[in-house]
Amino acid sequence: MNLALKDIRHGLFRFVLTCFGLGLLMTVVLAMIGIYNGLVADALAIVKAPAADVWVVEAGTQGPFAEASSIPPDTRDAVARMPGVAAAGAITYQTLEASHAGRTLRVYAIGYELGRPGGPEQIAEGRGIATSHFELVADRKTGLLVGDTLRLGRDRYSVVGLVEDATNTGGDPAVYVTLADALSIQTKLDPAAARVQAARGAEPVKRPTVAAVIARMEPGADVGLLVATVRQWKHLGALTEAEQEELLLVSVVDKARRQIGLFLGILLTVSAVVIALIIYTMTMEKLKQIATLKLIGAPDRTIIGLIVQQALILGGSGWAIGLALILTVKDNFPRRVELEPFNAIVLAGIVFAVCLASSGLGVRAAMKVDPATALGG
Amino acid sequence: MALGDILIEVTGVAKHFGEGPTRVDALREVDLTVRAGEVIALLGPSGSGKTTLLNVIGCILAPSAGRVVLDGEPVFDGKWLRRDLRRLRLDKIGFIFQAHNLLPFLTAEENVAVVLDLAGWPPDKGRARARELLEYLEVGHRAPAKPALLSGGEAQRVAIARALANRPRIILADEPTAALDSKRAGLVMDLLRKLATEQEACIVTVTHDEKIFDRFDRLIHLRDGRLADA
Repeated sequence: MNLALKDIRHGLFRFVLTCFGLGLLMTVVLAMIGIYNGLVADALAIVKAPAADVWVVEAGTQGPFAEASSIPPDTRDAVARMPGVAAAGAITYQTLEASHAGRTLRVYAIGYELGRPGGPEQIAEGRGIATSHFELVADRKTGLLVGDTLRLGRDRYSVVGLVEDATNTGGDPAVYVTLADALSIQTKLDPAAARVQAARGAEPVKRPTVAAVIARMEPGADVGLLVATVRQWKHLGALTEAEQEELLLVSVVDKARRQIGLFLGILLTVSAVVIALIIYTMTMEKLKQIATLKLIGAPDRTIIGLIVQQALILGGSGWAIGLALILTVKDNFPRRVELEPFNAIVLAGIVFAVCLASSGLGVRAAMKVDPATALGG
Repeated sequence: MALGDILIEVTGVAKHFGEGPTRVDALREVDLTVRAGEVIALLGPSGSGKTTLLNVIGCILAPSAGRVVLDGEPVFDGKWLRRDLRRLRLDKIGFIFQAHNLLPFLTAEENVAVVLDLAGWPPDKGRARARELLEYLEVGHRAPAKPALLSGGEAQRVAIARALANRPRIILADEPTAALDSKRAGLVMDLLRKLATEQEACIVTVTHDEKIFDRFDRLIHLRDGRLADA
């Protein structure tokens, strides 16, 4: 006879409500894990997207993601001529705000050279950019549809394709435009500003620069040699793909990781305290029944089983409800929530351990109960 | 009535709580023998040692001195002679409480069967025995009901069925009729006497209920931890 299940069935509504409350707490824990994963995935996705072997950036900077980097566009020609380089492309990144469907849309504009590295690798819907000007490919999270138009800078662009999971570390969705258009957005002044510049005798347009030049190497080519050569030029710096990813994780994601990690630690502690309190309270409510069980001859393992099984059922149900809830709502979060099966399994392990430890308090109280308390009124 | 084997033999049992000026002697040199088929009552004012003696016989409380033999087995002689006292209680002793103390999350039938489950009976045999006992005690129709839905008399009869489930030969009852009217109280005591005779068991009852004094074979009076008369 399973006393734990019988007791749960006796107070089913209350138990389900408790499980649901715990489930909501687990939802928050899983959401935090998912947000952290999403943060890392977003950060790395933008680095991995161009499939570059080497990033050539402004000397003395750790650009273009961790720091601003600004180099002349013709740097691409010099890099492309280097031995072992299969393809090179100049690339720009800038955060812009545009108005769309009555709301302000914040986008991460990536300018790349058509036919060269830096553009979107996979188009989820529509097509890639085919003309030199006024076309863009947007991430789905922008809410833009193929055929929509969007004003960036002083020009209007047509959405010709959509991609997925292209966002910057801040979670802003990306839009891809040609390098020419990106430089135009970057440099073209509005008429009033241009007139002022002209009156001052200055050039009416700003000098265009790119954020980086990315290079793809031929199979078997020495990446280290290219990096060392570029660094010798003094006015340029170079980072390998692995260095770029490491840099991004350390400088950009690390603080967020620590912040979320701390928050996660607090949440898990709160969950542990809540589970312990629930189990302790459930046990305290049953002290007279436990005394009766002891008096009629129930061994300790029956009483411990009653408490521990209820604790594990509570924790397991809370975990399952939390998992089901987060999987249902995760796509409604403004930031990407990425959950791996590994995360859910690790949390299950933590919940299991917390339930076991928490039930220790209840078991301790139960073991202290004197069977004689069952006698009398 | 022919009396059978000695089921309870308490010799020179003493129990004190605390030491020095705060010492309280709850039992002093108590000798008591109860045979199979006997129904006895422990009487006395509050603090006289009735419940302490019941707890000692029930192997819930270790005496400070003395010897206790239950159903022919020495269980205490200056110290417990068995480590598994709960198993001893399960096999030899049935308890009936003042407030029935049924487990609220089990049905009447399960409340009886749980004892047999703990004793290692196969579930189907345990259930059959529980039903048989409930039928015998005329509460078979209430087998699927939870304790909250039973009347006081029904709940007490279910508690008696639980106490008898594993066929113990020693039944200890603490104010078993306190929550019942005089008619019901008489019926419960008649039932206990019948069971004691049929199962060759003895029943030791702590009670203040004068209405049922005539149902006992012996009235044992306790005063200041000593047997006043027997």
